Amino acid sequence: MKIEVSLKPGHSDPEGETTARLLKELGYKVERVGVSKVYSLSLEAESLEGVAAEAEEMCKRLLANPTKDNYAIVVEEEK
Amino acid sequence: MEANLEQRGLAMKREEINVCVLRVGGTNCDAETKRAFDELGVQAEVVHVNEMVKRRSLLEYNALVFPGGFSYGDYVRAGAIWAKWILAKLGKELKAFVYENRPVLGICNGFQVLVEAGLLPGFEGISPYPEAALATNFPPGYNCRWVYIKHENDVKCVFTRKIPKGKVLRMPVAHSEGRLIFAKEKEKQYLKRLYENDQLVFRYCKKNGVYAEGRFPTNPNGSFHDIVGVCNREGTIFGLMPHPERAFYWWQQPDWTRRARMPQYGDGKLIFESLIEYLVKKF
Repeated sequence: MKIEVSLKPGHSDPEGETTARLLKELGYKVERVGVSKVYSLSLEAESLEGVAAEAEEMCKRLLANPTKDNYAIVVEEEK
Repeated sequence: MEANLEQRGLAMKREEINVCVLRVGGTNCDAETKRAFDELGVQAEVVHVNEMVKRRSLLEYNALVFPGGFSYGDYVRAGAIWAKWILAKLGKELKAFVYENRPVLGICNGFQVLVEAGLLPGFEGISPYPEAALATNFPPGYNCRWVYIKHENDVKCVFTRKIPKGKVLRMPVAHSEGRLIFAKEKEKQYLKRLYENDQLVFRYCKKNGVYAEGRFPTNPNGSFHDIVGVCNREGTIFGLMPHPERAFYWWQQPDWTRRARMPQYGDGKLIFESLIEYLVKKF
């Protein structure tokens, strides 16, 4: 399972802005850089739906701050 | 007033006051914080959170301090892991502590912890999810410098009652994530509430008291409305990014070698003194 936490639109992103500036200096036509954090989780579960619900809870309780963060959850079965 | 109460045996004596400075891997300035309390004749103990969970209780103490630092390596978000850990392990005790109006101070990383734990700004008591965030500094990077901060609180905050409103203090900041922000759609509403509830405590300003208006380096992190620190609705929980314990003695000031005479103490002492005055009256 992967959880991506990114900044909500409207908030300034000093890390992304600084990275974009440097990429421009290096000659790339970059307009904007957004920085996000990806957590990769492995866990055993009965159902994919159950895992998604649990991931949602993890985001609310720890991984994201609703003031500034959006999150996206991708659940995949590991073979 | 407190002297009279003390004489009549109705107030707690200074030396009976017991303050807990919580510590965990990555915290710093716990020793300086303890020393500030020691200097003012108050008992202060630095306690590791594991010790608190296993053998002690928060309710043994009259006040609680979350010191500065980089708890748990600032992983996830600064202060987030410690905040959620405390809620999971000591949540009941912490809530009882807060509901009894026992004061809680968060300095730098401690402020980040209080925000992540939903204790600050605490518009409606402890919130289940954070109502604010201390985001990456703008301009980006770790910033360590002395700043001027203006006292904005009328009477609510028990940590600043000895400071006249409008007084400009000098303290050092040292952090990478100190930009206080609210959700964009709630910015105006929350700022209004901070003023209405008298929860705004300090704003970044120039030496002459003129607000920074977001300009670096007067505002060292790009904090919304130049906010340095806020208290909860009751005024008993207070968090700020600068370090009062690093501005306590004259020899901690940046200009002590250039000045012929220095006052014995720095401005940080006023925060500790205000807290002690509140504790003497309360207990």
